[in-house]
Amino acid sequence: MKLYQLKVHEAHKLISDKEISSEELLLSVLNRIEDVEGMVQGFVTVTGDYARKKAREADEKIARGEAVGPLTGIPFALKDNMCSKDILTTCSSKILKNFIPPYNAEVFDRLEEQGAVLVGKTNMDEFAMGSSTENSGYFTTRNPWDPARVPGGSSGGSAAVAAADEVLFALGSDTGGSIRQPASYCGVVGMKPTYGRVSRYGLIAFASSLDQIGPLTRDVRDCALVMNAICGHDPKDSTSTPVEVPDYSSFIGEEIKGIRMGIAEEYFSLGINHEVKDMVEEAVAGLEGLGMEKVELSLPHTSYALPAYYLVNPAEASSNLARYDGIRYGFRYEDSESLLETYKKTRSVGFGAEVKRRIMLGTYALSSGYYDAYYLRAQKVRTLIKKDFDQAFEKCDVIVAPTAPTVAFRTGEKVRDPLQMYLNDVFTIPVSMSGLPAVSIPCGFIKGLPVGLQIIGKAFDEGTILKVAGAFEESMPFKNMKPAFGSYSRGGV
Amino acid sequence: MSQYEIVIGLEIHLELRTKSKIFCSCPTTFGDAPNTHVCPVCLGLPGVLPVLNKKALDYAVLTGLALNCDINTYSKFDRKNYFYPDLPKAYQISQYDFPVAQNGNLRIQSNGEPRVIGINRVHLEEDAGKLVHSEEGDYSLVDYNRTGVPLVEIVTEPDLRSTEEARGFLESLKKILLYTGVSDCKMEEGSLRCDANVSVRLKGETELGTKTELKNMNSFKAVQKGLEFEVERQISRLEKGERITQETLRWDEGSAQTVSMRSKEEAHDYRYFPEPDLVPMEIGAPMVEEIRKTLPELPLAKRERFIAQYGIPEYDAEILTSTREMADYFEECVKIFPDPKAVSNWLMGELARHMNAAGLNFYNIKIAPQHLADMLEMLQQGKISGKMAKEVFADMFASGKTAGQVVAEKGLEQISDRGVLEKIIDEVIKKHPGPAADYRARKEKALGFLVGQVMKVTRGSANPQMVNEILRDKLK
Ligand SMILES: [Zn+2]
Repeated sequence: MKLYQLKVHEAHKLISDKEISSEELLLSVLNRIEDVEGMVQGFVTVTGDYARKKAREADEKIARGEAVGPLTGIPFALKDNMCSKDILTTCSSKILKNFIPPYNAEVFDRLEEQGAVLVGKTNMDEFAMGSSTENSGYFTTRNPWDPARVPGGSSGGSAAVAAADEVLFALGSDTGGSIRQPASYCGVVGMKPTYGRVSRYGLIAFASSLDQIGPLTRDVRDCALVMNAICGHDPKDSTSTPVEVPDYSSFIGEEIKGIRMGIAEEYFSLGINHEVKDMVEEAVAGLEGLGMEKVELSLPHTSYALPAYYLVNPAEASSNLARYDGIRYGFRYEDSESLLETYKKTRSVGFGAEVKRRIMLGTYALSSGYYDAYYLRAQKVRTLIKKDFDQAFEKCDVIVAPTAPTVAFRTGEKVRDPLQMYLNDVFTIPVSMSGLPAVSIPCGFIKGLPVGLQIIGKAFDEGTILKVAGAFEESMPFKNMKPAFGSYSRGGV
Repeated sequence: MSQYEIVIGLEIHLELRTKSKIFCSCPTTFGDAPNTHVCPVCLGLPGVLPVLNKKALDYAVLTGLALNCDINTYSKFDRKNYFYPDLPKAYQISQYDFPVAQNGNLRIQSNGEPRVIGINRVHLEEDAGKLVHSEEGDYSLVDYNRTGVPLVEIVTEPDLRSTEEARGFLESLKKILLYTGVSDCKMEEGSLRCDANVSVRLKGETELGTKTELKNMNSFKAVQKGLEFEVERQISRLEKGERITQETLRWDEGSAQTVSMRSKEEAHDYRYFPEPDLVPMEIGAPMVEEIRKTLPELPLAKRERFIAQYGIPEYDAEILTSTREMADYFEECVKIFPDPKAVSNWLMGELARHMNAAGLNFYNIKIAPQHLADMLEMLQQGKISGKMAKEVFADMFASGKTAGQVVAEKGLEQISDRGVLEKIIDEVIKKHPGPAADYRARKEKALGFLVGQVMKVTRGSANPQMVNEILRDKLK
């Protein structure tokens, strides 16, 4: 086994036992990146020198006999919408192609405090708007399981580099499914924590009432370790909640007998591919086999979640993205006659089609005379969807569902049809609209492509989700399956 | 003109006197080098988030309470979206449908009549930056020091019926706000700004006329002049049978007229929506009561109390309560020297005169209430004369010394010892037998000469009242 293939908890053991150094681990990871990045294209920026410096710092700390945290010396990646001081942060947008923040995102600070080693910033759909990374202003990331397919999105870069063993873990952000859907497509574990669980400070805003940062890891135990590091109240984010954070690793390896699992019919009907459906149902049977109690229930407003989301989300985005005018930072279109022309051309050239589409949708939805019919009504629908979940959670402890209706689709397949693209998130959006936590974990393969199982929990009950996910993962025969890189690594496709 | 009724409503923006900005920890200091009080948060850099400065909320609640408003238990922030170079996020965090305070009023005196002016709302928001235009007009620079300074916006009902009344309201409002200490209310520094909605209608008409919005009035005088101009303009249009166009106007101080900024069609659509980066505020009764305790006695109430408690004339009470500092100074003096009218005379007279001349205010004068009270006591006890008192006071004002110190240093202590005075007076009578005889012969004028002689001998330090008495006694 190569060092880069290690899971976080495995690498941690070797580092704390002084069997390997952080630098050795990092070099292995950097070599791996060199080998496969040409194919995967998951990184916008690889921070090799910075990483070497950080790895040496970690080794010095260890040499001095300081405590070795679970993430000390562990190489990781940040999605490129999380600010990193003095390191390019682009949101995969041309409009921020030269933006170097003077401050760190809170999550990055927390990881660095633990001694984790940043190796790069990952590609994404521009400003996190998309489900495939095809909306990146730079390039499309490839799915390590099949380079002709998308890795999902918007955290496609983070999911792909985690799946391709280019890092030991990555952070993504989830607004309507942007961690869970790429996790599903790339066969990794991806968790969207409860809204308010993780500080959004330094996360470049897309739809502020929905955005939440979370981990993409190679197993559930690693997910718990990263959650331990990033969760918890941050006074710099007024929407982060001062709810106590348990030790998430303590939930791993626990029995799940008697835990009630809700199965909502709506999640097995809305445009779902039948093979995916079969696989998820098989997983449900597996969980029953582990002693979970199955509760049939209904979340009747599920089908309204998507249209409501596509009002709330663009509305907030239109406001959040209004500041990019080319004057103070970022890209500026220079060759113009007037200030107004500078603004207009900067935004016309700097933003991609999907971003412009959402800005227009959102501006329209908030306009006087339309606000009540669109934005306000969407917020009311949101309340109904939340109520659905509240009622469901009176009868169950977690809800189990597919993460996405299909496996990873082919690159280019849906770019011309935004609606088809939006439908990818039909099972993840209701959860986002309710602010609830959910994880996607691999539950099987269809023709060599991973399928994700979504486990949704009560607000701030990530512990129970991880408990179920951990037990499920343990019972799966394919848990150490890797993309078959041999055939197309080195030289790419 | 008299057949028209004037209808004015005001929108007042007030910078709050918090130490730091409303959503970050940058200082709010005015007048420093451009862009020295900025950080990623107030510059609106990607990824940053606002955190509410609790003090700003407290001040907004206090403002609401001072204006007799209901404080909303549930209040929230909204984004007001518009594009302007001085607004780095391209939206202003403001309040739309749940302001901090609503439904208040302010009692004012207008033409000697009491009037109640409705306050529609008091809400909290952030200030924008400042554009500095180049002289040639070929570029503009932006100073973000002011960006994120906390503001309250106070909106009145359209209850004001004359331009004088509008100005009077503004003056009363400023007085109250200064009393509460929420703002320094300096129109010239922009910490108090006033926009107005103006319309006119025929008397007896119940519908409001078409209004115009008037901006950029940067002093009390400008407010009144701008309003006067606009009222005249509207009336003369109506007289000519023309209609009023709903528009936003700018008062141009130079040309002394209102200039159109934008028409109704060009008005902004601010696309308000709830600010998702801030959680709604719960302003519970305990918090409101806590803040109410810090609400000082307001000018009108204080004025009434001064008249009743100290028996001073209305005129004195009005002047003494014109600022909280003067009223406090007065009361502290009276506590030590309980002759309110005498204290009032000295405050309105000598103290005010010296303060004006030196350009000082109650925050930076050297003479403490205790010092003034001590001096008045010496005056009352006859240790110094009225004339000496003014001299002593001038010295105290300039140096910060006590009356006792000044008197001792200058050897100014008044001679009030009967024995000493009698001896001196006997000498004077002996030396000037002529005038003494004149006085005995009922020539009153002669007394003045003799008093003068005593003063000359004592270099002015004899107690004049006693000198008079003793002389009269001796020359009976
Ligand atoms: Zn600041």
